Amino acid sequence: MQFGFLLEQVVNGLVLGGYYLLIALGLSLIFSVGGIVNLAHGAFYALGAYISVEITKYLGFGSAVMLSPVAVALLGILFERFILRRFYDADPILSLLVTFGVAMVAEQAIRIIWGAPPISAAIPQAFRGSVFLGDFLFSRYRLLILAVVAAVLIGVWLLLHKTSFGRVVRAGIQRPDMVAALGIRLQPYMTAIVMLGVGMAALGGAFFAPITIVHPAMGAEIITVAFVVVVIGGLGSFWGVVLAAMLVGVVRGITIHFAPAAGEASIYVLMFLVLMVRPRGLLGERIEKFE
Amino acid sequence: MVSYSRRTLLKAGAAFTGASALGFPSIVSAQAARIKIGHLVPLTGFLGAIGSYAQLGVKMAAEEINASGGIMGKQIDLISEDSVNPATASTKAQRMIEQDGAALLLGEISSASSLTIMQVAERNKKVFFSTGARSDALRGKDCNRYSFHCDIPNTVMVNAVGTALKQKGMMKGKKFVTLTADYIFGHDLLKAAKAFFSANDATLIGDELIATDVTDFSPYLLKVRQAKPDVVCCNLAGNQVTNLVKQYAEFGFPYPLVGFNLNTGDAWAMGEGNLSGTWPTVWYHTLDNPASKAFVEAFSKKYGKPPENHAWIEYITLKMIAQAINETKSTESDALIAYFEKQTPFDIMKARKAYFRSWDHQLVQEAYPFTVKAKGEMKDKWDMLVLGEAVPAAGAELESIYPTKTQNPCNMKA
Repeated sequence: MQFGFLLEQVVNGLVLGGYYLLIALGLSLIFSVGGIVNLAHGAFYALGAYISVEITKYLGFGSAVMLSPVAVALLGILFERFILRRFYDADPILSLLVTFGVAMVAEQAIRIIWGAPPISAAIPQAFRGSVFLGDFLFSRYRLLILAVVAAVLIGVWLLLHKTSFGRVVRAGIQRPDMVAALGIRLQPYMTAIVMLGVGMAALGGAFFAPITIVHPAMGAEIITVAFVVVVIGGLGSFWGVVLAAMLVGVVRGITIHFAPAAGEASIYVLMFLVLMVRPRGLLGERIEKFE
Repeated sequence: MVSYSRRTLLKAGAAFTGASALGFPSIVSAQAARIKIGHLVPLTGFLGAIGSYAQLGVKMAAEEINASGGIMGKQIDLISEDSVNPATASTKAQRMIEQDGAALLLGEISSASSLTIMQVAERNKKVFFSTGARSDALRGKDCNRYSFHCDIPNTVMVNAVGTALKQKGMMKGKKFVTLTADYIFGHDLLKAAKAFFSANDATLIGDELIATDVTDFSPYLLKVRQAKPDVVCCNLAGNQVTNLVKQYAEFGFPYPLVGFNLNTGDAWAMGEGNLSGTWPTVWYHTLDNPASKAFVEAFSKKYGKPPENHAWIEYITLKMIAQAINETKSTESDALIAYFEKQTPFDIMKARKAYFRSWDHQLVQEAYPFTVKAKGEMKDKWDMLVLGEAVPAAGAELESIYPTKTQNPCNMKA
């Protein structure tokens, strides 16, 4: 019986990891290609949630989760074109400061538009409740999220590994100078990567709005965990981030099973241990420009 | 000509922006003809949402008092800031008294922050009205002569909901699992809950302590299911209650979810059809009495939404303070303490008048259990709750639901 319960926690942790993944993957991509630690990433997650709650009122949940990431990705174009682009070659501390500033501005903007109190959102009737497989229990809604994350993951992997777009991006991560020497401008690729990254964050926000509290500071709450995932996974590695997200979800679940009070601390301990053994993260590659 | 590099300028600019985000102390010019009152409430973090309502309430009270001529003919200068956390709350409280010259302090929702402000108040011999903190310990072992407590304490919330559950046959012989906030407030609430369970033949079969930064409850919910309780009981605070209720509805467990603490601001954010069960409240904007109705109307007109219970408590507290200063013609702590310790009755927009109990400085007042309105019956999105009968019942002494001297002893140093 004890084993069954534990397995339940592991599976639940994997689902939770999937949700962290939506945020962390974009963060990792933007860092790998542009060299920018995007502290404003959480703000796009929050915007995704708010916009989706608004759209749900008029067009329903299905349209909301599709349109909200698109709207946020369009905002991402402006973000990349007018802000990030100026900082690719600058001291990293400057891009940290500017994205931190954007995060604060975005949080306040949300407060001005939607107000400080949280806004309400609910799961569509069809996805309420749990599914039982034998004695195994899954939240129906989380299964939906898991399916969406899997689809996104396959899509992004195919994009990066099976298209010419992906080849340029991957080459750009390792040797931007060489890509430039071949006569390819990386900037339009960077715009696309930022759109993809913030769009995924918004998708996470849209799907999590019904089961978490939608309030102005929600972006700041998620960004820490997303960073932990990116750091554990290692920069520049697609599967590193995937592995780390799952690991973080599972470790948290198991810790809560045995020692509830240590649940939130466990992921930082995990990060500490991984960095002790592998300073570059689990599957982090050696990237020349960051050494 | 001195030239700065772009980088230096940006760094300096960023440092400046950062510093102003942390908040410069408000610069207030010394004006003898004004009474300064310090107000602290969390505007960020898990209590930030309800804190923003508290700020609206206290501002409205100050504006009304000033419009009608002020206190003793002097205008109120309200200094209202984000209390952030216990350490910052204490620093800001000290600064408000020492540098800004605040005559007294009010506010706070977090029991942990309230405790540190209480210590500042005692050290500086200034009165502090703790408006939203609910931990019993603040009125008991941590009590002091300069601190007054306006919100209902944990024991009252447990009594209000527990009594309602007893009437529904959801107490005697039932198995409970509790999910409790892991800080002074939660520990204290759990203690009160345990006392009620054992006095009423209920058993506690599981008890999870939950850190205040948890936003995903799924691993805890799986543990709840493993315990197979009859009733699940939420002892969380602030927006964690919202999160738990949303995720509890997501999993759709058959065990009813009830709670010993809820603020209506957190209930409004839960989303349609998610909240059920029995919960406590100290005040709700549908209370049917003329004073309450007038307040709700004025507040809704001014802010475009009805007042939450923290807006109400801040409002009535500043009004009580104004009344006390006007009648004693003094802002001296000793005079004010003596006035309140006389157990002066106040109209706080409820059927029965309230008073500060002399030995622990608790505002003794009615409380209400509530259940949730069915979807079709809500007039608007704020109209969520059905208030139960006020507790204690009409004939009973108000103090009967409050902890007694032996249950929660308070020894104030003279």
